[in-house]
Amino acid sequence: MVWQTKSTTGFGMSSAPIVLKTEGLVKKFGGITATQDVNLSIAQGARHALIGPNGAGKTTLINLMTGVLEPTEGRITLEGVDITRMAPEQRVQRGLVRTFQINQLFASMTPLETLAMVVSQQQGLGGRWWQPLGANRKVVERCEQLLSLFRLTEVMNQRTEVLAYGKRRLLEMAIALACEPRVLLLDEPVAGVPAGEREELLHTVAALPANVSVMLIEHDMDLVFDFATRITVLVNGAVLTEGTPQEIANDPQVKSVYLGHSEELTHG
Amino acid sequence: MLTLLFDGIAYGMLLFILAVGLSVTMGLMNFINLAHGAFAMVGGYLTVVLMQRYGVPFLLCLPIAFAGAGLLGAVLERTLYRPMYKKPHLDQVLFSIGLAFMSVAATDYFMGSQQQIMQLPDGLRGRTELGTGGPFELGMGHYRLFIIAVCAALTVGLQYILAKTRFGSRLRASVDDARVAAGLGINVNVVFAATFAVGSGLAGLGGALGAEVLGLDPTFPLKFMVYFLIVVAVGGTSSITGPLLAALLLGVADVAGKYYVPKLGAFIVYSLMLVILLWRPQGLFVRTGGKS
Amino acid sequence: MKAMQDSLLAPSRFQAWEPLLWLLAFAAPWVVPGHALIVNEIAIVALFALSLDLILGYAGVVSLGHAAFFGFGAYTAALFAKLVMPDPLTGLLVGMAGATVLGAVCSLTILRGSDLTRLMVTLGMALILLELANKLDWLTGGSDGLQGVVMGPVLGRFEFDLMGQTAAWYSLSVLLGLFVLARRWVHSPLGATLKALRDNPLRAMAIGINVQLRLAVVYTVAAGVAGAAGALLAQTSGFASLDVFALDRSADVMLMLVIGGVGWLYGGVLGAVVFKLLHDVISGITPQYWTFWIGLFLVVLVLVGRDRLLKPRSWFGKPKAQRDSA
Repeated sequence: MVWQTKSTTGFGMSSAPIVLKTEGLVKKFGGITATQDVNLSIAQGARHALIGPNGAGKTTLINLMTGVLEPTEGRITLEGVDITRMAPEQRVQRGLVRTFQINQLFASMTPLETLAMVVSQQQGLGGRWWQPLGANRKVVERCEQLLSLFRLTEVMNQRTEVLAYGKRRLLEMAIALACEPRVLLLDEPVAGVPAGEREELLHTVAALPANVSVMLIEHDMDLVFDFATRITVLVNGAVLTEGTPQEIANDPQVKSVYLGHSEELTHG
Repeated sequence: MLTLLFDGIAYGMLLFILAVGLSVTMGLMNFINLAHGAFAMVGGYLTVVLMQRYGVPFLLCLPIAFAGAGLLGAVLERTLYRPMYKKPHLDQVLFSIGLAFMSVAATDYFMGSQQQIMQLPDGLRGRTELGTGGPFELGMGHYRLFIIAVCAALTVGLQYILAKTRFGSRLRASVDDARVAAGLGINVNVVFAATFAVGSGLAGLGGALGAEVLGLDPTFPLKFMVYFLIVVAVGGTSSITGPLLAALLLGVADVAGKYYVPKLGAFIVYSLMLVILLWRPQGLFVRTGGKS
Repeated sequence: MKAMQDSLLAPSRFQAWEPLLWLLAFAAPWVVPGHALIVNEIAIVALFALSLDLILGYAGVVSLGHAAFFGFGAYTAALFAKLVMPDPLTGLLVGMAGATVLGAVCSLTILRGSDLTRLMVTLGMALILLELANKLDWLTGGSDGLQGVVMGPVLGRFEFDLMGQTAAWYSLSVLLGLFVLARRWVHSPLGATLKALRDNPLRAMAIGINVQLRLAVVYTVAAGVAGAAGALLAQTSGFASLDVFALDRSADVMLMLVIGGVGWLYGGVLGAVVFKLLHDVISGITPQYWTFWIGLFLVVLVLVGRDRLLKPRSWFGKPKAQRDSA
């Protein structure tokens, strides 16, 4: 089978400015090409989804965007600024934030401490050593909001290592939001979260202000079609196609990749 | 100058045999074992006791030292070390320092704190001088020659085992990724135990061989621990050629340094190590791929 | 909101027993003047342990060479007193400053590499300084040590007396002062980011923390505090010798910290007290075999589990739940 890669610009895109763009992004590990010439654009206020079979290179792409991996070739631009060689923490300071597929939390700290720390760091107080954590009212208020938003208030004083998995996943997301992201990359955010809470979690994300652009990796197609206004399909490290949910649902190539034979991609 | 090179190589090869076990267990079990020198000490003292009290010939003591230290290693691995593999590095450091301390104190108590004198067999004493007076004067002590020969043979043997035998490939697989290896049906526990035993045995052999050259007293494990660690840190844990080259480098640098600039002594070696580790934190000879 | 703020602020508030503890400490040289010298030693070693806790407990850096900064502070202060001026406080500051600079330089070495690399690099630094001190004997007195360090009176008023009372109070005051500062440090937002760095450096980076810079900063600060402890030693004992750089010192202080509890500010203090007392008691019985018992203690401690040993309640419950990767 020969895959047709469709153009990623123009058709179906709103006139919103592009906040995060990759151009000709390539990543090779020795003989293996994990990312092949990926051109991806995330628009301002996007609700963008990245889908593809396992091993397609979705997490690698996020690692490249956030600076955890260095690209072999290509360019990454954030709000017009070339960030290809920029250190990961600097990208975060510019508003590019991600969550991890496997929870990356701070085991010995409580959710309250964790969020207070992140919010302090975000508000530029991370370097202050003479004031206790919690002395700043604005920090505490923001923590209160976040804890409430993610239903972590009851467990806010328990050490992260004793929290149940569902709560940890929520904390994972809360940490990302505490960074006041302008572009948010979510790596399978609802994996392992109980069915009842998934919708709610994604609803919280979708309800973020319009100036926060979101791209999410997900496998649950129901959620993807509910959430996304734009979908990119990644296969074997290359962009197969991109478009609106409707277009993707009816694309025969995408159906082949996922199902092996032509059938309707169910949603809704 | 050639003599220095020769002595340095002998010293280096000895260090390699002493440290190779540490390097492999470090790479295999991700375990920082600061008590490795204690096994060397066991081999050394075993040899001394057998020779002095029971008249066992030196050459026979060598394999006994290997076996004795190896057996001790196997027992300790099964009982004490195994629960430690999953613990954080700090715990491993504390644990192995504790073992080292215990071995030092116990040896002091039972054997006294004086240096042990090793009586070499007549055949290994003496010296051969080549090219005397000329620019390439080479004085080879016979014992050092013996050391080089034994260590070289062991090295070749180790390489062979690693590259050509089934056990060797199991070992290499387990070093690369123990979980996956176990998933492939490799009995990782047996690999660990055997490797640890052989590594300790080699250390014991090295201790016996090296007693004459390095000295043997109860503080041996602590005195030389630094050198072993240097070999491992610089040589990396993913091969045995890495530590070999590192040990040779270290041996030559130390001997040459102490000869040419005696004022600075061991300073040269420590600085060299520091520079190398700063330049290549993963060690000088690391294979790309595999876990770090 | 108030409740939440209180939760956050609670650990930073002084608890009732703390002033009591410090009062007792300060009263000791007066109440038991014969033991003033021990009190002094304990205060110095507690300060050293505190400095190690800053990097080990609060930032996760395993170092076997922290004595490098202790020793450097000691020699710097001793040389300052001999060659420039014998005022203790100035000498203390100079010793600290020297150790801080050395720490800043050395901090470049611990930023990359695995735990083993860090262990070796820190150990290497300490050994190099030991060798240097040994070989530069025209400056340092070599293996004889730097003798005849005569100190002036503290604050111009309190002469160092033979009983060691002034020394004890001097060291205790410095300990208290730095302790209070360290307390602010660990409970601050900066301290929290350091804990985060210790727990999960990858995530710390992903929330915008410059991990390498923070590590370098905390290492430098810890070096300065260690230098202060070293300076106190040189000043109160009147000389500096090579063993301030020895592996023993680095290992002992790590041990103290482990005994008292890593990651808890009083861990160093408690550990220092227990260690010193144990040392004196055991050395009194079997002088040579202190090494054996301390070795056995370490092995048992680790096998049983550091947390379990120090929390007697957990002896009767289930072992700590296994951490999964989530």
